[in-house]
Amino acid sequence: MNRQISLLQSIGLGFLGLACFLGFWQGMSMSGLVSNIFLPSPLEVYDRFMTLLDRRFAGATLPGHLAASFQRFAYGFLLAAAIGIPLGLLMGWYQLLDEIVSPLFDALRFVAPIAWVPFAALWFGTGIGGPIMIIFAGAFPPCVINAYRGAKFVDPRLIEAANMLGTPSRRVIMEVLLPSSVPSIISGLRVSAGLGWQSLVGAELIVASAGVGYMMVQGQANIQTHTVMAGMVAIGLVGLALDTALRAFERFIQKRRGLEQ
Amino acid sequence: MGVIRFQNVGKIFGPRGSGFEALKDINLEIGDKEFVAIVGPSGCGKTTCLRMVAGFENATDGVVSVDGTPIKRPGPDRAVVFQQFALFPWKSVYDNIDLGLRNLNVSSSERAQRIDAILNLMNLTQYAKHFPHQLSGGMQQRVAIARAYVLDPDVLLMDEPFGALDAQTRVVMQEELVRLARKNPRTVLFITHAVEEAVYLADRVAIMTRAPGRIKEVLDVASVRNAEDWDSHEKIEDVMDLESFVHLRTHIWRSLREEKAAQHA
Repeated sequence: MNRQISLLQSIGLGFLGLACFLGFWQGMSMSGLVSNIFLPSPLEVYDRFMTLLDRRFAGATLPGHLAASFQRFAYGFLLAAAIGIPLGLLMGWYQLLDEIVSPLFDALRFVAPIAWVPFAALWFGTGIGGPIMIIFAGAFPPCVINAYRGAKFVDPRLIEAANMLGTPSRRVIMEVLLPSSVPSIISGLRVSAGLGWQSLVGAELIVASAGVGYMMVQGQANIQTHTVMAGMVAIGLVGLALDTALRAFERFIQKRRGLEQ
Repeated sequence: MGVIRFQNVGKIFGPRGSGFEALKDINLEIGDKEFVAIVGPSGCGKTTCLRMVAGFENATDGVVSVDGTPIKRPGPDRAVVFQQFALFPWKSVYDNIDLGLRNLNVSSSERAQRIDAILNLMNLTQYAKHFPHQLSGGMQQRVAIARAYVLDPDVLLMDEPFGALDAQTRVVMQEELVRLARKNPRTVLFITHAVEEAVYLADRVAIMTRAPGRIKEVLDVASVRNAEDWDSHEKIEDVMDLESFVHLRTHIWRSLREEKAAQHA
């Protein structure tokens, strides 16, 4: 059975799931089985979220923390894209570079970004470099991998065509590999943005001034679990918005591509 | 100049001994400005012959050379027209044709002049700004031929260039290629499995055996064409009706059928 589900039904079912989840959560809190410190109720979290929108906590309002976080994220993410995409394309073109870099890269990418926290603190102190480094560690691998795949799966006939036209490597990379890899690179950026944003809380554990992660650490220190959860909600919402935007961009590119093929 | 020479050429895909032997003892010389078509049963290695001249494959045995220089890598002196066109989808018609000239560091004014001339010759002028996906198969192949011709190569390599086109378009393209080849002769190596096409276009037709492919026979078409004055007929169907044409075609058909029969025996 594979009935077609309409968009309206799909949205309705999504809300149903969310309502069940929130209802169960609220019920658990109200039943008195667990204390509010252990599990703040959804309504409390909502209240706290709304309060934090214009009241300062740990030095800034929630939008203020988010702005600080987003700036760090943007630096780390853009740095990852700026280094990762060219590296992936070059690895896809130069066999030698691929052989040299791949083993190292394949081992390093399994180290969770958060594992870099001690070194980020050691090398950068509480400056902006530390969190950027951790976000970079999360966002870098998908940029490299997808640019690499894009370059590897270019139609071999186009490479042959470029070769018989006497195209130098630099030009093959810029005018054949890169445009051909665009769809793969864009989906890489989407995954990369998600992982980078996820690494944020870890990154901000070592930041002493502002940021959603910092706000949550301060909430924890003050035994304000509802503040911690409001931070989680904010991270989730911004992550969702980011992914939606990149997904729309991806669809736009694919649609343009589809017309080209 | 553009003399292609195959000297005792063999090609084995995979390890010697256990690999697939695609070609064996190929000896063929294609003279300057001569148009040679290779026909053969599918899988006989005719495309591999072309790919070795292009520099996409290396010979396992023997030497493939152009003007005496053994071929090592692809280059714009040996332009290729592919069966599947292989145009860059993100480049306009103009930019597709321009790439090879840019690689040769031709000045921009000369590039513009040469591209305009070839667009005009191939009836593509009004499509200069179009992208490949906006064109029909026949038009796309015209762009691919223009992209090769604009480089003024010594050697033109055509790998079943009309194989992906419908029958009507194919005929038009064949007529145009004859027109182009007579006006602007090049050394052409043309791979096809269509016998009529080979006889209609080529000066000589080489027939290959089934794998491992060898040259079974080389037929001189040019002398017949000139003697019977085929080129006075503008339309392909008029040429195809001529007794001399039918005779050559039937000869090649028989020869190929023998190969097919041997394959199934």
